[in-house]
Amino acid sequence: MSILVYTENRDGKFRKPVFELLSYAYSLAAMMNSSVVALAAGDVSPDELEKLKLYGAGKILHVNDPLYRTFDTRAFTSLIAGVAAAEGAAVVLLTHSTTGKALAPRLAVRLKAGLASGVTGLPLSLEPFTVNRRVYSGNALARTVVSTKVRVLTLMPNSFDLAENKTDAVVGEYKPSDAPAVNTEVIEVQKQEGKVLLTEASVVVSGGRGMKSPDNWAPLTELASLLDGATACSRPVSDEGWRPHEEHTGQTGKIIAPDLYIAVGISGATQHLAGVSSSKYIVAINNDKSAPIFEAAQYGIVGDASKVLPALVDAVKAAKGK
Amino acid sequence: MKILVCISNVPDTTTKIRFTDGNSRFDTTGVQWVINPWDELSLTRALELKDDATTGVSSVTVAHVGSSDAEPTIRKALAIGADDAIRVNAVAADSYFVAGQLAEVVRNGSFDIILCGIESSDFNGSAVGGMMAEFLDIPSVSGVSDLKIKDGKAILTREIDGGKEIVSVPAPFVAVVQKGIAKEPRIASMRGIMTARTKSIMVVEPAGVEKLSEVEVFELPKPRAACRFIDPDNAGELISLLQNEAKVI
Repeated sequence: MSILVYTENRDGKFRKPVFELLSYAYSLAAMMNSSVVALAAGDVSPDELEKLKLYGAGKILHVNDPLYRTFDTRAFTSLIAGVAAAEGAAVVLLTHSTTGKALAPRLAVRLKAGLASGVTGLPLSLEPFTVNRRVYSGNALARTVVSTKVRVLTLMPNSFDLAENKTDAVVGEYKPSDAPAVNTEVIEVQKQEGKVLLTEASVVVSGGRGMKSPDNWAPLTELASLLDGATACSRPVSDEGWRPHEEHTGQTGKIIAPDLYIAVGISGATQHLAGVSSSKYIVAINNDKSAPIFEAAQYGIVGDASKVLPALVDAVKAAKGK
Repeated sequence: MKILVCISNVPDTTTKIRFTDGNSRFDTTGVQWVINPWDELSLTRALELKDDATTGVSSVTVAHVGSSDAEPTIRKALAIGADDAIRVNAVAADSYFVAGQLAEVVRNGSFDIILCGIESSDFNGSAVGGMMAEFLDIPSVSGVSDLKIKDGKAILTREIDGGKEIVSVPAPFVAVVQKGIAKEPRIASMRGIMTARTKSIMVVEPAGVEKLSEVEVFELPKPRAACRFIDPDNAGELISLLQNEAKVI
């Protein structure tokens, strides 16, 4: 019996949510008296694969067939399901990312395994297998019993602390018995280079209508960049076209859970809070003292964004000696 | 070309979430029900494609798994412009069950494009679209923010972590749709509301699909500590609190 972790990579690099997932798998394996198998697909360098050992992978499988350079959900489902069967996986783990969300449901049906998506922590019990998952857009948790022998889980990013557990696993090349049938034709790829991904960022600085104009974003962007963070915005701001819709954070936009979320000029409507309420710390900056965002925040400044933001930028520069 | 849009019936996004019966059930008292926001955008895009004669889209059908309580939401979809509707008469047990039912609807209706929202705003499972595609053994594309049809070929834009990809897959396929697919949800016109009354909602009995998971109990998140206010003239204090007290920067 094993715990299979699908370690997704982006352009050959593993991101923080994958290491969180492995840390989670390591703790789960201890609970279940099992071991962790990591599966990586695509063009990943040996040095990068080595990193999987740091977080407790007892066995590492790598598939480097060029066919897996195209993300075809059926081909990847066949691959992961094949490894799950061969390794006797009792739990298959993926991150609750774009990739994980695309694959986990297909895998659940292929393996006839119960799916718990958006899981926020280790199982509360193993018999029956019970986990908490995020529901009602972050307004509640559902204690969910998965009644099958094999389970598929997706883990919310930033919900499990990284834990180093170095192993001496060797990387094995894995060859699936059948060549995948790839039906997806990629016509064009548009990459955002060099930006911290909003869904993976530890710090997010977000602007709302209180920013007054798209021309006022410079100090917000500077603050985000000084904190190695990403920028986000509220729905009205993306609807107005002030910021790209990829930045829209909230119930119908991106759902994020950074360590620190700084909301600038955002009143904090229910729909917005639904997307950010899992953040560890929320800071609110708003000139309206009665704005609901202050009820969700641990730290608040009642003041005008155009004055507060530059002051924060200076304070961060001073603190970091830049 | 026939499009099926799967719709979920969810509490209005401003609903205060409460539970009843020892926190085992969502409290529906006074709740307004709406079409799941992503499903509403999917429906809008499906209708835009049908409006454009060059796409060859001949009909847009909506499907829902649920009891007759959802009929006002289904009627709303018909008023917005769907041609007809199918309701699988069953309580949605879990995503596996719902996807199995919808797969049966697709098998019986020979649809070419199946649209599903990326998640429902109540159960947030992001599960039904992918599961349905796997039940049917057809391609699925997730995180779709644009769908076009050119010369009978579907061109989809999908969000990938850190960018976008423009892809094509052969029909029939499931597109799991997110924000961006349509600008604003289409609103029902008075004429649409009138004609919706005469459109058919076909009610079918559920196929034999089991459930693989069950919610035992719901829990509300712990309330946060009260907000600590910092003097706007001393904004730097915030940075030192974040550094030394919260330790997040």
